Order: sequence, then C-alpha cells, then structure tokens
Amino acid sequence: MVGKGIIQGMAETARNFFGSYVSKQRLTTVQYPEERDPQIERARSFPFLVYDGTDPEQGLRCVACLVCEKECPPKCIFIEKAADKKPDVAGKPQPYPAVFNIDISVCMSCQICVEVCPFDSIKMDVVYDLSSSDRFGGLLLDKQRLAKSNEYYNAIHSTEAAAVDARLSEERAAAQAKAKAAAEAKAAKAKAAAEAKPAATAQTQPAGGDVR
Amino acid sequence: MTHLVLLAQQLDQIFVIAKHWLLGFVPTAAQALVSAIISVVPILIVFPLLFAITTWLERKGLGRIQNRYGPNRVGPFGLLQPIADGIKSLTKEDIVPKTADHAVHFLAPVLLVAASFMGYAVLPIGRNMVLMNLNAGVLYFFAIGSMMELAVFMAGWSSRSKYSLLGAMRAIAQMISYEVPLVLASIVIIMQAGSLSTVSIVEQQTSYTGIWPHWFVFTPWGFAGFVLFMIAATAESNRSPFDLPEGESEIIAGYYTEYSGFKFALFFLGEYIGMFATSGMAITLFLGGWSAPFSFLTWIPSYVWFFVKLLTIISVFIWIRGTLPRLRMDQLMNLAWEFMLPMALLNLFTAALWHFMPAGLSRWLVCTALVVVPCILLSRGLKQRKKFQVRTYHYSE
Repeated sequence: MVGKGIIQGMAETARNFFGSYVSKQRLTTVQYPEERDPQIERARSFPFLVYDGTDPEQGLRCVACLVCEKECPPKCIFIEKAADKKPDVAGKPQPYPAVFNIDISVCMSCQICVEVCPFDSIKMDVVYDLSSSDRFGGLLLDKQRLAKSNEYYNAIHSTEAAAVDARLSEERAAAQAKAKAAAEAKAAKAKAAAEAKPAATAQTQPAGGDVR
Repeated sequence: MTHLVLLAQQLDQIFVIAKHWLLGFVPTAAQALVSAIISVVPILIVFPLLFAITTWLERKGLGRIQNRYGPNRVGPFGLLQPIADGIKSLTKEDIVPKTADHAVHFLAPVLLVAASFMGYAVLPIGRNMVLMNLNAGVLYFFAIGSMMELAVFMAGWSSRSKYSLLGAMRAIAQMISYEVPLVLASIVIIMQAGSLSTVSIVEQQTSYTGIWPHWFVFTPWGFAGFVLFMIAATAESNRSPFDLPEGESEIIAGYYTEYSGFKFALFFLGEYIGMFATSGMAITLFLGGWSAPFSFLTWIPSYVWFFVKLLTIISVFIWIRGTLPRLRMDQLMNLAWEFMLPMALLNLFTAALWHFMPAGLSRWLVCTALVVVPCILLSRGLKQRKKFQVRTYHYSE
C-alpha cells in the first residue's frame, strides 16, 4: 500500500507524543538543578581531605608528608608544612600542613594522590557543580574548603570508607597493642632491672626514681 | 432565543462593528486611509503573535515526539520562550560578510517578510473580515507567493557563500517545481466555484446538508486537491520533509547561512508567516474558510473557526516534521514532476466530470475511482521503475 510507511511513522510519533504525557518512564530527562540522579558510589570528581572527629583543624589526618604533592602529575597540589607539631585524635603529636591548596582548574581527577597517601587522608569527592564566577580564587580550594569529615566520606563512598575505617582501627589497635606490649616489656625489664639492682647494689642505692 | 442569535451575530461581527465605530470619529477625507490602517494593523499583530506561539508549540511538540520536555524554563510551561528568543536575536551582532552585496543582503529579509505578509490581503479571516475582496484574489495570492522565491534567491546570491548559493539554488528548484502542482491543485476549486474571489469561494462552502458542511474537501477531487495542495504547500514553505534548502546537516542553514541576529529572525518570521498564509489559503479553498464544521456550531464566531483550522494545520505540519526524514533532491523532483503533476492534471479532469455528471452515487463512485486508481497505479509504476544498484563513484576513489 502506498503511504503505509508514512502512516506507521505518524502513528509512532503520535504514540510518543501522547505517551510522554501519560507515562513518566518515557521522559528520561532529569531536570538538573531541581532533580538529580542518585549518586553513583564509585563516582569521583576532585580530591578532598578527611578529618576525624568534629574539628577540621584538630582531626585532619594529613601529616604533610608531601607525597601527594610530589606524585601529582599536573602539579595542582601545594603544601606548606607547619614548623610545629600538634596532637592528632589519638593525642600523639604529628606534623600538619599549614597550607594545603588544590587548584581544581588544574586537577585532572586521576586519583594518584589518593593511591599514594600512606595515611588515608586524601580521598576523592563526588561534588561536580563547582563552577564559579571567580576563575582563580573560586577554583583554588584551600584547607578549609578541602577538609571534610569522615562521616561525609562514609556517606559518599560507603564501601570504600568502611574498608578504610576497618584498616585504620586495626592499625591503631595494632599500634596500641604494640605500644602496650612495648610499655609492658619495658616495664617488665625495668622491674627486672629494679629487682636485680637492689639485689646487686642493695647497699649503694635505693629502688625507684629512674623508671622511665 | 432570538436574543441569543442576535448576540452570536454581534459577537461574530464585533471587529467589523468596532472598525465602523472607530471610523465614525474620522473625517470623511481620511476615512479610506484610516480604514486601511485599522484593517492592516491587526494582521501585523495577530500573525507574528501566532508565529511566536507556533515556535513554542513546535519546540514543545517536537520535544514530546522525541520524549523530551521541550522549553520549560522561561515562564510557566516555557511560554515566555519566544520573548527570550526575540530579545536574544535583537541583541546579537549583525554580521554581514565582507564581500557580500550589502544592499541586496539587507533587502532580502525585508522583501521576504513583506511578500509573506501581502498574501493576507485576500484571506477571509472571518465573515466580512477580509482586507480586500479582490475579484482575482487567488491569482493575486499565488503571484505574491512567488515573490518569496525572489527574496530567497536574493539572500543566497548576495551572501557570496557557497552554502547560501547552494541553498538558494535548491530553494528555487524546489519552490518553482512545487508551485506547479500547488496552483493546479487549487484550479479545481476555481472551476467549481466559478470565481477567483476568495470571499465568494468561502461563501459557497457555508451551506449545510443536515449537519454536514459543503466543504470542497468532502468531494473526491476536493480531497485529492487538498492533499496535493498541502504537500506542495509544505514544499513551498520549505518545511520538513522538504527542507532541503536549509538542510542544516548538509549546507548549514542554506540561503540564510550568512545572516545573523535580527535578520535571521526576520527570515524565520517570513517563513512562518508564509506558511500560515499558504495554510490559510488551503483553509479558504478546501476547508470552508471561516465556516463551522457542523451546522449546530455556527454560533461560535467565524474568526474562531478560521484560527482553529489554522492551528490544526500547523499542528499537522509539526507532527509531519517530527516524523518524516528529509527527502533527497532527486526524490523531491520526482515527486513533484512524476507524481504530483500528473495527479493534479488528472484531478482537473475529475473535477470537470463531477461538474457534468448528474448528482448521485454514480458520480461519487466514478470520481473516487478516478482519484484512487491512478494514485495507486502511478505510485506502483514509479516504484517498479526504480533500479537499485551499487553506485560507482568516479571521482572519490
């Protein structure tokens, strides 16, 4: 039949036209600023710094070892190590970065900084709407803008963050156990020494005083 | 009841009455001029407004056909989109190629818009609502319509760009080819109506049998003529699937490649205004002009019916644009000269036969057969003659 194909085509477009008003499924458009697609867990945009606890300054995991700065292929990371040390969450004094800048207009999202970080302190973020009217200052993220809590990290990359947390707590536990064992060994040694000493030099010096 | 009838009549004639009332304030010497201005200004306002609505409707409709939303950011449902587009095109830089013929380059869009508006002079928009009841109205309309080709070629030639020229050549080839079936398809109406005046053509379609109107489209030759007319009108207004002159995937934008800013918008406006004018002519000739589709709906004002019909045709144009892919140049020419021209000529014969045969079923049967059988045979024959073979390219290998 002449014109059959045209009629079929017209029917198809009419079906699409009316169908798009009836079924939401046909309209795949996501109305971006108001609606967003659900976040994909393995998505990544730019790096951020993880901190433990509630205080970004206090809990920052970064110890300014400069590995990421050296490894960064486009050289978008700039770190200035602080002269002093400050206690981390465990209370141990650690070096920390006085300045930590990432220029995300240069960053190529390669994730190498994350791979090389020995302290699990730099991770990939998922925020992508970072456009700014200030192309220099707006895209140069400083320490305050980079620091994000461990809870946030858990929220955006839950599986990865859980693994990191488990590893960190294991390491901490191991370190604590080691420290404890060392302390115990030391204490035991000191005790033994202390016991031996009075026996050997009982008359010269009294026990105690130099247990370090 | 008589009150209601009177009210309906007054509502129907409200613009005519308003014009006469306004003219009462004008001294007799200036009345002719003021009358013309009062009649022209509404056309210059209403149809560009319709153009704005149509661009929105088209983008929305095409979007929905492709399962998208279409414009929905500016205003409610994106209704203010045409205003945003207008502001954008007004603020854009107007670039004229250095080697272009400046005068012609400037005149082309102006002429296109002027020519496309002039067709409205003979379109009866409502009862007693026609700018000018020319006794050669249909002839005038087609004569003015062919001015658009001149404007298109002026644009293509003066731009001094290969794409513009190619587009203009295509446009000329297409528009002249399709002018033939366009005019031939409308001749059947002139034969039947015995008049070239658009007003009397419409008046002949305003009577009813029972509830059914006497539109020319409801006869075999009228229907064939309508279909031929609409195909030719689509090609005349350079709309998809006949949009070769501006095929953006092949020659960028055809003859208006080198136009930007408001001149580009003028081309856009001219094309749509021309499309409305041709659609309005199709309504006048085949679809009973401003007459109601059923006798019990005559209380609705006549101009409403005209615009309802116009919007329906525009929607079909949009629907076709959303469906059919662009034709190839040879397909385009074959359709015009090998299919539409013989069909239009045969349709003249059918209309004549209809006129001379006694009214009744036999004339219906004979005339329907005279339309349907040649259509099938011709399209079959044209299909069979086509030989598909592997092409050899002599220069590209």
